[in-house]
Amino acid sequence: MTAHQLIFAYLAIAITGLSVMVITRRNPVHAVLWMLVLFVHIAILYLFLNAEFLAAIQIIIYAGAILVLFLFVIMLLDVKDVEMERRFLGLWPAGVVITAILTLLSVIVLREIDVFPPLGQFSIERIRSEGNIMTIGRVLYTRHLLPFEIASLILLVAIIGAVVLAKKRKGVE
Amino acid sequence: MVPLSWYILLSTVVFGIGVIGFIIRRNLIMIFLSIELMLNSVNISLAAFSHYLQSMTGQILVFFVITVAAAEAAIGLAIIIALYRHKPSITAEEVNLLKG
Amino acid sequence: MLILIPLLPFIAFLINILFGRRFIRDRAHYVSIPAVVGSFILSVGAFMDVLDGRVINVNLYEWVISGSFVVPVGFLIDQLTAIMLIVVTSISSLIFIYSVGYMHGDRGYYRFFAYLSLFVFSMLVLVMSNNFLLLYFGWEAVGLCSYLLIGFWYERPSASNAGKKAFIVNRFGDFGFGLGIILIFLTFGSLEYLKVFSEAGSILGQKTSIFGLEVETITLICLLLFCGAVGKSAQIPLHVWLPDAMEGPTPVSALIHAATMVTAGVFMVARCNPLFNLSHTAMTTVAVVGGVTAIFAASIGLVQNDIKRIIAYSTVSQLGYMFLALGVGAYTAGIFHLYTHAYFKALLFLGSGSVIHALHDEMNIQRMGGLKRYMPITYWTFVIASLSISGIPGLAGFFSKDEILYRTFLGGGTGKILWVLGTIAALMTAFYSFRLIYLAFHGDFRGSEEQLRHVHESPPVMTIPLILLAIGAIAAGWVGIPSIFMEHGDRIGEFLAPVLGRPEAEGAHSTEVMVMTLSVIVSIIGILMAYIMYVKKTDLPERMGSALRPIYTMLYNKYWFDEFYHVTIVRPVLRASEKVFLGFFDGRIIEGVVNGVPDLIGSFSQRFRRIQTGLLSSYGLIMVLGAIIIIWAVIFSR
Repeated sequence: MTAHQLIFAYLAIAITGLSVMVITRRNPVHAVLWMLVLFVHIAILYLFLNAEFLAAIQIIIYAGAILVLFLFVIMLLDVKDVEMERRFLGLWPAGVVITAILTLLSVIVLREIDVFPPLGQFSIERIRSEGNIMTIGRVLYTRHLLPFEIASLILLVAIIGAVVLAKKRKGVE
Repeated sequence: MVPLSWYILLSTVVFGIGVIGFIIRRNLIMIFLSIELMLNSVNISLAAFSHYLQSMTGQILVFFVITVAAAEAAIGLAIIIALYRHKPSITAEEVNLLKG
Repeated sequence: MLILIPLLPFIAFLINILFGRRFIRDRAHYVSIPAVVGSFILSVGAFMDVLDGRVINVNLYEWVISGSFVVPVGFLIDQLTAIMLIVVTSISSLIFIYSVGYMHGDRGYYRFFAYLSLFVFSMLVLVMSNNFLLLYFGWEAVGLCSYLLIGFWYERPSASNAGKKAFIVNRFGDFGFGLGIILIFLTFGSLEYLKVFSEAGSILGQKTSIFGLEVETITLICLLLFCGAVGKSAQIPLHVWLPDAMEGPTPVSALIHAATMVTAGVFMVARCNPLFNLSHTAMTTVAVVGGVTAIFAASIGLVQNDIKRIIAYSTVSQLGYMFLALGVGAYTAGIFHLYTHAYFKALLFLGSGSVIHALHDEMNIQRMGGLKRYMPITYWTFVIASLSISGIPGLAGFFSKDEILYRTFLGGGTGKILWVLGTIAALMTAFYSFRLIYLAFHGDFRGSEEQLRHVHESPPVMTIPLILLAIGAIAAGWVGIPSIFMEHGDRIGEFLAPVLGRPEAEGAHSTEVMVMTLSVIVSIIGILMAYIMYVKKTDLPERMGSALRPIYTMLYNKYWFDEFYHVTIVRPVLRASEKVFLGFFDGRIIEGVVNGVPDLIGSFSQRFRRIQTGLLSSYGLIMVLGAIIIIWAVIFSR
């Protein structure tokens, strides 16, 4: 086992365990905090995959923005402890079993993937020499310019939508 | 060297955990959190493919997934707030207007 | 340019119908009048072209292409069309102007002008088309406009019923007309006039069997086409709708139910003269139907009291004259009468409209009288129109009517009988026309004090069209002066000869003079009788009415045609509809299907609704199950 593999093993076990922690916490605040740790681990995984930019936005956007939004909402809603007493729905054993089957099937299928397309031009050396951000930027602003602009529109819609939805309406009720 | 299939395996397992979370939790916020978990598992596999196939497209996709996740989180949480204002509860069983 | 002739009114229609309610409202005439006057000017241009001998036949667009069945949208402008264009557009223009005064302040003002413009468009398509299908389109479209305009005041049940009646009665005729067109296509393989007419001779002697009965194809075609003409031009036995159509506004009666639409049947038969010429049976039918209608409608007109209905029966009678002329082969005379009739009949209607307007919707001539003093222009124009229709020498009606009677007289044995009918009808025409004048305009006013106080001459916007039409009623006939008075006086006959041909039989001059003198004498007798009965000895009508009670009752009730139809057709149909269609088809089959399908879906839904728990998680679970099934299927199907 190389050092690489060791670190991957640690990360894989940690990510799996943390995921279980996240979904089983009684208090949503705790779940979000576990999620934060999980995201840091995923960011590290990205670094191993030569994706420094992704690691950065994983921390900044996911951990820094989205999770903070979650925390805000949780604080805002002031969920009573009574409500948190029962964590799971009645159908939870069925859910776990069925999902386990799905996962198992997926693993079986994915193991058999053996056809791969020819390697692309972005070899590790090239990315290293150019720098990850520059490579991503170049691709993003040339080949994927239109989706990029559409993404900005989606964000705009989200902003407006969130404001409209969360606004207190006068006269309603 | 770590084989690609390990990453895929990790991604699948995390995705499954996310699905379980989605199905079994009562709290709507937790359901949302599970969705974020699923998105992240997919991101892992995308990034892994990007690395192993030496193609940038995977990373670009991750970028877009994160964008959409942010939008989705904003809208979803806004819906939760609106729901909460309507009926002071955020358990999945209470939100059953679609019940036939 | 020519396409603009029908297109201008259509554009006016679109503008009025789309923007009328909101924006145009009382300014609708600013849209419609320029459009129709524009088409009038263009029509004059087209007429000039034709006068120079340029006959236009263009296909603009292939409307229907289906195998060998090709129908173009095409226009044929020859001598006949040119005359019709002038008649339609000139009278429409005047009536549009008149309507500005007559319809002033009506709630549906914009709607009125929209429909009227649509009518002008349809009528122009009808006369300009170069094939039977486009003719049929125009034919049905004018029928639709007629329906819309008869029922224009749809709040009145009588008006909407009259509209329905007109539409349904016309359906009987149009059914035959449609069959006729189909038969033309089956026989000739084409619907274009020129092709059909040029090949018409080749099918002589060909037989078609209907229900085992061998009929000459050409006769069948002509009779079916004539069916349509009978419906549209209100001939016996389908005349019943026209008097009821007087429920519409008076300008509509003048334009559609006197001057233009009802003459479409005459136009169509004249247009198809190459076909009709080949069938003696069909020609005789046309002549007999026309002659009988002429005297029959005139006799009803003798005793009616509603001012518009009198004129309506007069229209039916005059249309009968036109068919009489067509039936004896004097197509030119028929079209000539169509053309003069349009002017004096439109004038009569507009004059009666002026009277009705002045008396606030009073239509009973028994409650009028003495209006001469109050409305001189209406009176004098009315008199001119009546003299013209009575056939007083020098006026338009004289020339065309005498041409018809003369041609009928020459038409052999049947012709002699029909001539007698026509001459008696002329007597009646003169009588009822002047009965109307004496009752409405002479003597003392018999209406209420209230009405008398408000009686007034109509505004100039209404009287100017009256005066212009009066000029037409005087002078329109001067293009057809018989050759005994003036060499080459019959200019209209010569003009139309390329399309309609010339009557072969030429009688001696003395015969023509005899026929003419007789009809003038008859007309004068009619006028004098009316004068004696309604001015000199006003108790005479009363005594005659009681002396001839059965005849009077029969005429007053219009020979019980409506009652007859009610018993033989309307009631059985209604009864059958109620039992068979409402009871069985609607109640069982339609409602069975309509209610059964939702019931079925409902019961299914009741069963499947349990899946819809409304619980987010269960939806997720089902989704996962679905994914499992798909993956499973993919793995184990290899």
